Amino acid sequence: MSNAVSTLNGASFDGYVRVEEQGLVGMITLRGDLASKPLAKAVKAATGAAMPGQGEIASGDKGRVGWMSPDELLLIVDHADANDMVAALTKALAGEHALAVNVSDARTVFRIIGAATREVVAKVSPADVNALSPGQLRRTRIAQIPAAFHLIDEETAELVCFRSVGKYAFDLLKDAALPGGEVYA
Amino acid sequence: MLILECPYCGVMADETDLHGDGEAHLKRFGPGSSDDDFEGYLFMRKNPKGVHFERWRHASGCGKFFHAARNTMTLEVYGTYSAQTLEPPKAIIDAVKAKHPEWEGYK
Repeated sequence: MSNAVSTLNGASFDGYVRVEEQGLVGMITLRGDLASKPLAKAVKAATGAAMPGQGEIASGDKGRVGWMSPDELLLIVDHADANDMVAALTKALAGEHALAVNVSDARTVFRIIGAATREVVAKVSPADVNALSPGQLRRTRIAQIPAAFHLIDEETAELVCFRSVGKYAFDLLKDAALPGGEVYA
Repeated sequence: MLILECPYCGVMADETDLHGDGEAHLKRFGPGSSDDDFEGYLFMRKNPKGVHFERWRHASGCGKFFHAARNTMTLEVYGTYSAQTLEPPKAIIDAVKAKHPEWEGYK
């Protein structure tokens, strides 16, 4: 297999918060009936996580599962495991109306780290980031592009966007994190 | 800023997260229909000053279409509801009637 390279090769920026590209992250889009038992079982087997509720992200020992829409999940796993996991999911869901696709190399993942994490994310998105608590996933936009983000803890946010706009997202987050741009300084 | 609650995600999404898709509850007239019906289906849209039923799409969120009842003059939102329906649910109609007892109905 060819050598996988992430969008920005782990680039980072230190402003009044730190913006980091996460390098290679495994991601699987799973569509299907989220209320179905076989699907919940397959997700549990793949990631160890329980089925997340509306707008939530659940974590397990082998990965995390985010609720993206009423019929879509995003599984965030180890990059090396993604292909095997898709095969396992496809096998487990053979009788179901469901589809699992490895989208690892079609996405870019960032982390925004620092005390002002919420502020920097709030600057670029219309979502009410202050109302967001860890464990909740919000799928919205940042400036001109679609993105999804959630808080890992109070000072760390993880943001996922399309790879084709990864550089744009990085530049945008860098700009929002520039020293001197503090809103509540 | 117009803020609508997406009935599928439960998030309060503002206008910039959404895409407006025009009038709701249109009846489709396809091949075999009369020219007048077809023209009406293709081109004739209500443009009320007041209560209006619209289709919206949660474009940068879950991507689903939903319906919203709102007032084009005051920007008041009476409610949002699933797109899997042919007419507004009773709760929405009641919400509109509570505000506008003289309202003539959605047809």
